[in-house]
Amino acid sequence: MARQTPLNRVHRALGARMVDFAGWDMPVQYSGVVSEHEAVRNAAGLFDVSHMGEIEFRGEGALESANALITNDLARASDGQAVYAGLLNHQGGFVDDVVAYRFSPERILVCVNASNREKDFAWMTENTPRVKPVNRSDDYAQLAIQGPKAASIVQRLTELPLDSIATYRFREGVVAGVPCIVSRTGYTGEDGFELYCPPDRAEDLWNALLEAGRSVGLLPAGLGARDTLRTEMKYALYGNDIDDAHTPLEAGLGWIVKWDKGEFVGRPALAAQKAAGLKRKLVGFEMREPGIPRHGYGIVQAGEAVGEVTSGTQGPTVKKAIGIGYVPTAMSAEGSPLQIEIRGRPVRAEVVKTPFKR
Amino acid sequence: MADNPKNLRYTKDHEWARREGPGVVVGITAHAQESLGDVVYVELPKVGDTVTAGSPFGVVESTKAVSELFAPISGKVSKVNTALTDEPSTVNSDPYGAGWIVEIQPSDPAQLDGLLDADGYGELLAKTAT
Repeated sequence: MARQTPLNRVHRALGARMVDFAGWDMPVQYSGVVSEHEAVRNAAGLFDVSHMGEIEFRGEGALESANALITNDLARASDGQAVYAGLLNHQGGFVDDVVAYRFSPERILVCVNASNREKDFAWMTENTPRVKPVNRSDDYAQLAIQGPKAASIVQRLTELPLDSIATYRFREGVVAGVPCIVSRTGYTGEDGFELYCPPDRAEDLWNALLEAGRSVGLLPAGLGARDTLRTEMKYALYGNDIDDAHTPLEAGLGWIVKWDKGEFVGRPALAAQKAAGLKRKLVGFEMREPGIPRHGYGIVQAGEAVGEVTSGTQGPTVKKAIGIGYVPTAMSAEGSPLQIEIRGRPVRAEVVKTPFKR
Repeated sequence: MADNPKNLRYTKDHEWARREGPGVVVGITAHAQESLGDVVYVELPKVGDTVTAGSPFGVVESTKAVSELFAPISGKVSKVNTALTDEPSTVNSDPYGAGWIVEIQPSDPAQLDGLLDADGYGELLAKTAT
């Protein structure tokens, strides 16, 4: 039996099509992937992302303990700032990609992928130098409201001055009568917020946001649109584009690795990889012939497999067939020709600058 | 669920077929396009290609899924709906009309009679809906 978020009944009442995602019964679409995608780009979309996990470090040494596990640097962040980071294994591969929230040096909350909740918690518990983490995943529901109209919609429901919350900053406050962590973050490439709230208040918050946004074009949006939106930005999806066997350097995420922060799990392996030079890189490409690239398709050269497509779709905003995949470093420069194997045939593509959507 | 037109024949793979003169026009059903979602790409066969009943002859893709098209009958492709190349979403908006996919010249016209009628297809859908 798939796990359910506190909003399961609400999704069904809205007529959502439900699918199993990482063991969760989640809405993949309501009105349609393309219309939901366009709502997020042009107005706003509301996502239930309560399946994501939250792991907390609390008490003296919380910051140092969390910081020793991730690639980005919480010491350099301010209180009220979030950082995107890699949680790595000893080989430098991703255990997960996470967002770590610094409330204070004594309180760090790490948001993790649904598929990795238990794995991450076990890994953190085993590898933390000091403060043991607490799995708070069942204490939070999470709604994401994303799009150019998101801020004005949320502002109608809260006294928090949202102008004071910059990108990747957060505050605690009350939205529609519900106590929330209000975080200016997201996974769509649009402005917007992720709201963490008590699970038993998620339905009130969801309904208030839908109601407040209705007149400006807010739509409930499912995992289908979430995937096309993030693909157009080349945001990595764990399990597709990054995993235990790929490092942040290979994934083009060198910017989340802070070499001057001191030791962290995976650092020696990353340093060795950097010194040796990268053999493969994650690139974005556009198809130059008809066809849509998909996760798992081969990237070929003269009949030989040289890489693999990790994500691909028809981008509703860019109106092109786009893909993400690992290729040998020599083939990773912008303009490099690629061949994607689609149903047994090599189809022409070209490495392009990302994000696809600008 | 929209009514399935009475003048069409249907397959278990959710294609429809309609006799039109000597040819048979083929598309996917309203149910098929609905469960597929927004169609963003249709891979068509070439005019003159031979197709075999029950075998794949093309592909329909939505933003999130790839779905093969299975020939309802055997024969030779005599027309393809090239308008779908630029406007694949016509498969969603008008699956039984402008969203047709190919026309086949049947090698055995009697094969059409072996397909499901509207009532039979309706029962199939009722059985698979849970």
